[in-house]
Amino acid sequence: MTEVVFYLFAAAAVISASLCILQRSPMVSALWLISTMFSLAAIYVLLNAQFIAAIQVLVYAGAIMVLFLFVIMLLNLGQAESDLRGPSTVAATLVIVGLLSVELVALIRYTPRRLAAELSQWPTYTDPATVFVAGQVTQQEGAARGVVGAVAVPLFQVYLIPFEITSILLLAAIVGAVVLAKRNA
Amino acid sequence: MTSLVWLTVALPLAGFLLNGALAIRRPGAKDLVSGIGVGALVGAFGVALTVFLDLWLRPPHAPVIVSLWRWLPVGSLQLDFAFQVDQLSAVMLLVITGVGSLIHLFSVGYMKADPGYARYFAYLNLFVVFMLVLVLGSSFPVMFIGWEGVGLCSYLLIGFWFSDKVNADAGKKAFIVNRIGDFGFMVAMFLIWHHLGSVNFTDMVERAPAVFASGSAAVTAITLFLFLGCTGKSAQIPLYTWLPDAMAGPTPVSALIHAATMVTAGVYLVARTNVLFALAPLSSTVVAGVGALTALFAATIALRQYDIKKVLAYSTVSQLGYMFIGVGTGAYASGVFHLVTHAFFKALLFLGAGSVIHAMHQAYHATHSHADAQDMRNMGGLKQYMPATFWLMLIATLAIAGVPPFAGFFSKDEILAAAFARGGDRPVYYLFYAMGVVTALLTAFYMARLITMTFLGENRTGDRERSHLQDAPMVMTGPLLVLGALSAFGGFINLPPFFGGGALLEHWLEPVTAPAHQFFGLEMPHGQTEFFLVGGAVAIGVLGLLAGYKATLRRRTPTAADAPADTGLARVLNRKYYVDEIYDAILVRPLVWLSRIVLWKAVDQGVVDGAAVNGTAKLSQGLGWLGSRLQTGQVGVYVVLFLVGALWILHAMVG
Amino acid sequence: MLLGPALALSAILFSLGVAGVLLRRNAIVLFMCIELMLNAVNLSFVALAQLHGASGYVMVFFVMTVAAAEAAVGLAIIIGIFRHKQSVDLGNINLLRG
Repeated sequence: MTEVVFYLFAAAAVISASLCILQRSPMVSALWLISTMFSLAAIYVLLNAQFIAAIQVLVYAGAIMVLFLFVIMLLNLGQAESDLRGPSTVAATLVIVGLLSVELVALIRYTPRRLAAELSQWPTYTDPATVFVAGQVTQQEGAARGVVGAVAVPLFQVYLIPFEITSILLLAAIVGAVVLAKRNA
Repeated sequence: MTSLVWLTVALPLAGFLLNGALAIRRPGAKDLVSGIGVGALVGAFGVALTVFLDLWLRPPHAPVIVSLWRWLPVGSLQLDFAFQVDQLSAVMLLVITGVGSLIHLFSVGYMKADPGYARYFAYLNLFVVFMLVLVLGSSFPVMFIGWEGVGLCSYLLIGFWFSDKVNADAGKKAFIVNRIGDFGFMVAMFLIWHHLGSVNFTDMVERAPAVFASGSAAVTAITLFLFLGCTGKSAQIPLYTWLPDAMAGPTPVSALIHAATMVTAGVYLVARTNVLFALAPLSSTVVAGVGALTALFAATIALRQYDIKKVLAYSTVSQLGYMFIGVGTGAYASGVFHLVTHAFFKALLFLGAGSVIHAMHQAYHATHSHADAQDMRNMGGLKQYMPATFWLMLIATLAIAGVPPFAGFFSKDEILAAAFARGGDRPVYYLFYAMGVVTALLTAFYMARLITMTFLGENRTGDRERSHLQDAPMVMTGPLLVLGALSAFGGFINLPPFFGGGALLEHWLEPVTAPAHQFFGLEMPHGQTEFFLVGGAVAIGVLGLLAGYKATLRRRTPTAADAPADTGLARVLNRKYYVDEIYDAILVRPLVWLSRIVLWKAVDQGVVDGAAVNGTAKLSQGLGWLGSRLQTGQVGVYVVLFLVGALWILHAMVG
Repeated sequence: MLLGPALALSAILFSLGVAGVLLRRNAIVLFMCIELMLNAVNLSFVALAQLHGASGYVMVFFVMTVAAAEAAVGLAIIIGIFRHKQSVDLGNINLLRG
């Protein structure tokens, strides 16, 4: 059952992304991107990452994309003519993206068992459960403290310093954005 | 005592440095310059005399090597800058410093009015330095330093009045022609190093007989290359053309360099390496043959020259030919003997000519005439105005013609006798003997012509100039007197047994020429044969002199201005068989063409400048231009390139 | 387990994002395609977090934060360029040309 739902939302994501990159108007592109993000949020839920799904909707779709929409509307770009690049670029794109996707789509064949086999020392006897200990720990944490707690424990204990530095990063971003966008007096 | 031999070089070297400094800072200090210049030479002569006496009174068993410093300690070549004092170098030492001192003294008077006085004495001293290094060197490279150095000084002194292009060209010609000979010397030196493993003369004498078989190709090649060097330095065919042109320099220079010392370097070289020439009979024959041919050839040219110095120049070439006949027959002592006597009488002839030219110059200067002071057709009857010069030059003429008991008779006679004797071994030497006899006849003829045209008959200088003609001052005539005495009595240093003498010079040089006698021994004629040879030589000499005197006196010699152009054979002789023109057409022009068109335009401008230098620059520019095409400033292009790189890394990590 | 398909979906979305970056000249649309790429990577992290533990989720957290900061500053720059050139067409912005 989950598989069907997964493929449904996966298709939705792919279609939305394609439409996003091909639309002429930036506003419509933004909206299709939001659609993609919603589909991804649904997939996160299916992957047992409910907290991340929530944050995706709140932060990404709710804040970042809104910012994009604000800027689009501020610049008042209107319905421009097609801004696709020339045929040489299209050809180059097809080549590059073709190669890229060929390399990466091979990932579809990975299962946890296979990944475990590749990561451990005795390929034929591994049980994913023994290799991926961390995953087990997360599940237990999740069962004990809830979804949010499973993320919060490593975030505020192991990764505390990066967390604090990120706050400074955000401060810098705010100041930078204000300075850059300020109208010269 | 012999260890002081380095002083003979050091004194003139100091003279050069001091006079050079004076030439730059105070060229007007002529007395100081004279003192330094002449004093250095006289001092050197004094040292040379002590060295000689020491060698005479306490003869060493082997040549004395005075090593001055370690020069080239390179691998298996351990070469010192050293002087070799033995019997041969002692003789050369005396001749160079002795005759050199006399010529320096003469120059004081001759060059008195010249603004380049200090420079002249500086160069002259430097020349003596190099000449002494040449004869004293104990190994080929040291000798070569002297060899090249005298070439340099010859260039500097020939082109002394370089503001006149003719003089500068003559200097260049001398240097360049000499270089061709130097190439021969160097190749020979390399071959000797290759075969014998050493370039010292003492080692050469030891090892050569063991290493080289008599007549082998190796030693023949070496000696022929050495002889090429000799033809350059001693003006033999084919490299003699620089010597007549060298008369463009001051006359004392011609006397010192082109009569008494530098041109004898070739003869000295053959005498020094006599062991090699003795082991290569073919080369010795070539040496004698070239000498004979040159002697005859130059003598014919001298018959029709009108410039007094040119006659003497060709005479020098001819007499050098005689010396090479001498060393080519294996009679090395005879060649050296003629070298010594020739130094005396040729220096006297040149200095005497210098006195004459000096007087003619003064005469023409007083009347502001532009006539040629060196042309014999403008002279005549100078005997009454310059009696001392006349009598001294007459002595020298008798010496060169081979009239006994003057010096030239003994030396020339010995050479001819040696050639005749060698004819018994190899008949071709009879031909050389015959050529030598004919040359003797011609020599006497043209010398008599010179004396007659210059000093006898009636004076053609001009009525107004006549009153200014006079004998040179004592500072110039004094050296002439000394040289006159030497020309008269110098023959007695090697009086052969036929005349009751002890052949002093020959015995003196025996330690040096011994190896040659071992391989190339010569049985000198004696008894009746010798009598006929000697008698014949004297008869030839006297006959030539009388013929020349009569022939010249008989015809009315016009002055140079009125003289009609020569025709026919006379013209060919006067124009020296057009040899210079032939060399120009065959050698010089193609070489200049090659340099200009091929090497300059094609190679240097086209290949080196165009392809290599500019081409590399254009290549860099091209590559840079290609690189600049990447910097479009357009973000899209940058993104593409970025992704290409990322793709590549991904592939490297995964694949 | 949905590991394989999730990773493949991530790859496809990433490729689409790359194609968009290469094809479009409008600066804002370019940024949105970059966000699309970041989302694809987030999906990859989340899929593997099931095996490798909560550090995957933490990474997603940080990626989103940085994406937010980057979007803010980037859009401010675009506004600045728009004020200057009255256009956000990246084909015209080539002052760094060599």
